[in-house]
Amino acid sequence: MSDWKKICTLADIPRLGARVVQNAGGDIAVFRTAADEVFALHDKCPHKGGPLSQGIVHGKRVTCPLHGMNIALDSGDAVAPDVGHCDKFAVKVDGGDVYLKI
Amino acid sequence: MSKPKLVMVGNGMAGVRTLEELFKIAPEMYDVTVFGAEPHPNYNRILLSPVLAGEMKVQDIILNDHDWYRENHVNLHLGKKVAKIDRVKRQVIAEDGTVESYDRLLLATGSNPFMLPVPGNHLPGVIGYRDIADTDAMIDAAKRHKHAVVIGGGLLGLEAANGLKLRGMDVTVVHLGPWLLERQLDEVAGKMLQKSLEDRGLNFLLEKQTEALIEGESGRVAAVRFKDGMQIPAELVVMAAGIRPNTALAESSGIYCNRGIVVNDTLQTYDPKIYAVGECVAHRGIAYGLVAPLFEQAKVCANHLANYGIGRYTGSVTSTKLKVTGIDLFSAGDYMGGAGTEEIVLNDPAGGVYKKLVIKENKLVGGVLYGDTADGPWYFQLLKDGKDIHEIRDHLLFGQSTVGDVGHQGQNKAAAMSDEAEVCGCNGVKKGTIVRAIKEKGLFTLDDVKKHTKAASSCGSCAGLCEQILASTLGGAYQATASDKKPMCGCTEHSHEDVRRAIRERELTSIKAVTEFMEWTTPDGCEKCRPALNYYLISTWPHLAADDPQSRFINERAHANIQKDGTYSVVPQILGGVTSVEQLRKIADVAEKYHVPTIKVTGGQRIDLLGVKKDDLPKMWADLGMPSGHAYGKSIRTVKTCVGAEHCRFGTQRSMDMGIKLEKMLFGMWSPHKVKLAVSGCPRNCAESGIKDVGVIGVDSGYEIYVAGNGGIKTEVAQFLVKVESDEAVMEYTGAFLQLYREEGWYLERTCHYVHRVGLEHVKSKVVEDAENRKALYARLLDSLKGVKDPWAERVEGELKREFEMLAVQPA
Repeated sequence: MSDWKKICTLADIPRLGARVVQNAGGDIAVFRTAADEVFALHDKCPHKGGPLSQGIVHGKRVTCPLHGMNIALDSGDAVAPDVGHCDKFAVKVDGGDVYLKI
Repeated sequence: MSKPKLVMVGNGMAGVRTLEELFKIAPEMYDVTVFGAEPHPNYNRILLSPVLAGEMKVQDIILNDHDWYRENHVNLHLGKKVAKIDRVKRQVIAEDGTVESYDRLLLATGSNPFMLPVPGNHLPGVIGYRDIADTDAMIDAAKRHKHAVVIGGGLLGLEAANGLKLRGMDVTVVHLGPWLLERQLDEVAGKMLQKSLEDRGLNFLLEKQTEALIEGESGRVAAVRFKDGMQIPAELVVMAAGIRPNTALAESSGIYCNRGIVVNDTLQTYDPKIYAVGECVAHRGIAYGLVAPLFEQAKVCANHLANYGIGRYTGSVTSTKLKVTGIDLFSAGDYMGGAGTEEIVLNDPAGGVYKKLVIKENKLVGGVLYGDTADGPWYFQLLKDGKDIHEIRDHLLFGQSTVGDVGHQGQNKAAAMSDEAEVCGCNGVKKGTIVRAIKEKGLFTLDDVKKHTKAASSCGSCAGLCEQILASTLGGAYQATASDKKPMCGCTEHSHEDVRRAIRERELTSIKAVTEFMEWTTPDGCEKCRPALNYYLISTWPHLAADDPQSRFINERAHANIQKDGTYSVVPQILGGVTSVEQLRKIADVAEKYHVPTIKVTGGQRIDLLGVKKDDLPKMWADLGMPSGHAYGKSIRTVKTCVGAEHCRFGTQRSMDMGIKLEKMLFGMWSPHKVKLAVSGCPRNCAESGIKDVGVIGVDSGYEIYVAGNGGIKTEVAQFLVKVESDEAVMEYTGAFLQLYREEGWYLERTCHYVHRVGLEHVKSKVVEDAENRKALYARLLDSLKGVKDPWAERVEGELKREFEMLAVQPA
């Protein structure tokens, strides 16, 4: 059953950056935007499996480091005209700590 | 609060383009209403000729379908002509009584065909050539009648004549001028064009003035009579003698018009609430009838509608291309020449090729190409850039391929390629795919093509070819932008040049300061501009501007090269490619300990350990105890050397020593793109100095320095810069050249592209001829490299190590 699990503090994730959470079902990328919003996606680009956590974060998007596909952080969808979807995970910040629902 | 209302009158290409630009930058700003007199959504008017010729269908040329209007919440009134503007109440009133109020009004009423004021011009069977209805009328006439007369031998007239001929009519083109297309072509090209159209069965009557159109028994037009008394049969007369800006509505509402609705550089009319774009406009006395300038207007107008207050439209240089399949014709700028100009001409009437370039003060100012137009876009770019062509003058006429700027596989003739030919070798994109995307998705820029097809989006070597395909597919709608005016990315209007200048002159030292000062449209840029900005800041303000790791591509953030499976590669520094037993043993031990799956000797004379997990990187670096080889950055890479005078029986200079000195000097240097050097000990050049950013070749009396070579995407032979005598001079000249490139280069521009852009003369004037400037450049390079630390050593422990650590779920 999925449950909220603490993974780190907000300060552990750089602004406009990401951290990777090791997970049996595949690594999860946890992103932090300039406005301190936090999003979590399966760390695997729908295009050719690139690690999204390593991409450049801008606005509410991340650019895959391998071939430059842009993924919307809030939906996991590829930004048009590209097509593709990446699984997302619920994530929340509470008292400076980041919790992931897995 | 309700939004302000924007009403647009006219639903054509210029107007809808303005809306598209507006929605891009301020999607939620207005409630938008559009009136269109035609019953169709916005379509690509310039493709009416292929429709008439039977090469395309009406549904193929729709640019914005009904869904587009719905998705953007545009209140659309089709088939409603606006009769009146009440500027006091700020309302527009349509002929059917529909009333809409506006806060801002955009007039995009286009133009009307000019109907010759001769008796009979109102008869059935006499039409202009402007819209889908006219095209349908012509297609219909071709089914039932035999004789067509087209009045006007301009672009539109010839395209109409060609289409009607293909639909089986006997067509005569009547033209007042002494040769066809006299506004686009000189006499030689005009005559060649006439000959090849005559070969296709078209008839021409030149220098003929129409006197009257004669009514037949049925009441339809039956003949055309000329001033000289000659009369020819015609059941269809197409008036293509020019267009007139459609200003009736504006004039009747008291808006100042003078051969068009008069606008200023922000596309505003004399009524500040009212803007106008497109063919209805007179800007600085010119009304444009080609689509490319209208798109430039649209962009500027959208900016002002969005209250951005930046961008001025200052007029356009136009180029034209005739859309008659099988006839290649291109002209641009001042193609007639005259006093103060020089001409370079190639004339091969039997081979059907004619090229004329007009040059003024070492700059290309115009040209006509007939029969072989492959280089049209390239000439047009040179013309718009105002580039000094004297260095390439001797082979300018023979096209781009002869000056070394060819695309993938040497392929540089886009028009001649088959649809099956591969354009982009990185992403496997064929020409047909690109052409289809341009037509079906309504793409107009190279950026659009990159996004939709992925062509030219990896290594970029086929960008020129894609640009040509775009130009040949779009014809007159293609618009080359001067290179130094191209926006950096979708976040801004500003070019690389503008941004570099602002950072320098305004003393901007952070990304935030740049994006705020230069009014970026996105909150924190994108993956394209942020790395560029970060480089510009740290190279302009060393020790002052802070490096932003989050604005660096992963390779430069992790100081290792990401591989396709998400692992990394480790390349330790091996100065000059000269290693030792101790180094080799360390590398072997580390490779063994971390189970490195692949060990590879690199092209830069180093050893690459591939397949390393990211969290192993700091541990490996600690065990290695060797500095980073910077094999991953837009930075100094390696200095390749041959063994030189130390061992080689031919060696004249100690190339290994010289290479090691250079590599040490440049350690940690960031640059617009990667920088590779080589030092060879003699002219046999075993270190391949001829294809490096800086190549040094030892000769008996000293060293020759070559710059701007490239062995990558585009093989370019380095150009001779200077001959020097001492090792110290090699360091100084090399350092000064690289610093000039660091200060003036655009991000992701290799030295070969940079020198191609600014010219070797410029480089020589700054680095060779001006000793004081050279020393100053060299000093700035050394200053910016002062105190550089090994990035690997910095990340073995402490705060910076965090980048490499994975998180784990913590127990509850």
